[in-house]
Amino acid sequence: MSRRPYVREVSKTRWYFRHPRYLRYMSREITCIFVGAFALLLLCALGRLAEGQAAYESFLAALQRPWSIFSLLVVLIFTVHNATSWFNVTPKAMPVQIGEEFLPGKFIVAAHYAVWFVVSLAVLYFAGAA
Amino acid sequence: MAKSNKPIVWSLFAAGGTLAAFLAPVLVLLFLLAALGHAPRLLSYEQLHAFTAHWFGKLFLLVVIALFLWHAAHRLRVTLHDFGLRRDTAVAVVVYVIAAAGTLIAVLYLLRI
Repeated sequence: MSRRPYVREVSKTRWYFRHPRYLRYMSREITCIFVGAFALLLLCALGRLAEGQAAYESFLAALQRPWSIFSLLVVLIFTVHNATSWFNVTPKAMPVQIGEEFLPGKFIVAAHYAVWFVVSLAVLYFAGAA
Repeated sequence: MAKSNKPIVWSLFAAGGTLAAFLAPVLVLLFLLAALGHAPRLLSYEQLHAFTAHWFGKLFLLVVIALFLWHAAHRLRVTLHDFGLRRDTAVAVVVYVIAAAGTLIAVLYLLRI
């Protein structure tokens, strides 16, 4: 080791403020908090459903509190961010080779968005919301 | 070759992320509609109970809850490292235990319906 090693000061807890690219990376990573929170909400709904009609309907009523509406809105934004960022890297995660050529990434991304749209519409229709 | 459990948790992470990408936004939207007083028919007690009583409904909800939890757990483990928390073993135990417990509780709830 040289006598005066170059030590670059990088904060372990705030490094991602150094560049917008790092912030975008962190914005993708923290979507997991909201996906996890929604899984716990589903678990909670299931528990109240198992308890019976009165318990489940008080759960539905509690959903209508302003704080709950706001939280669900935030969860929606972050789950959409997870979806778009997940689909946008699919050409890198699973490139499609045809002969010598690779299928252009935009087709792979577009296919994912199309399936996402159809699946979302199908769920809305099945749930009786659309 | 050193044994590693990384492929298992990573495949759960990737499967959960893909499932969450396709399904989480629309499922959250259903709950948001309910929160706004326009609950979709499926979220009424009778319909959701009937859906969950069917084996397909049980399987669907179990897969969704379990994969979302394992996806979140694995990504949170990595993200906490990025936020400067360097106790990886302790973090891994905590997040995976929560995901495993959530999966088990989902099974128990589903068996009661």
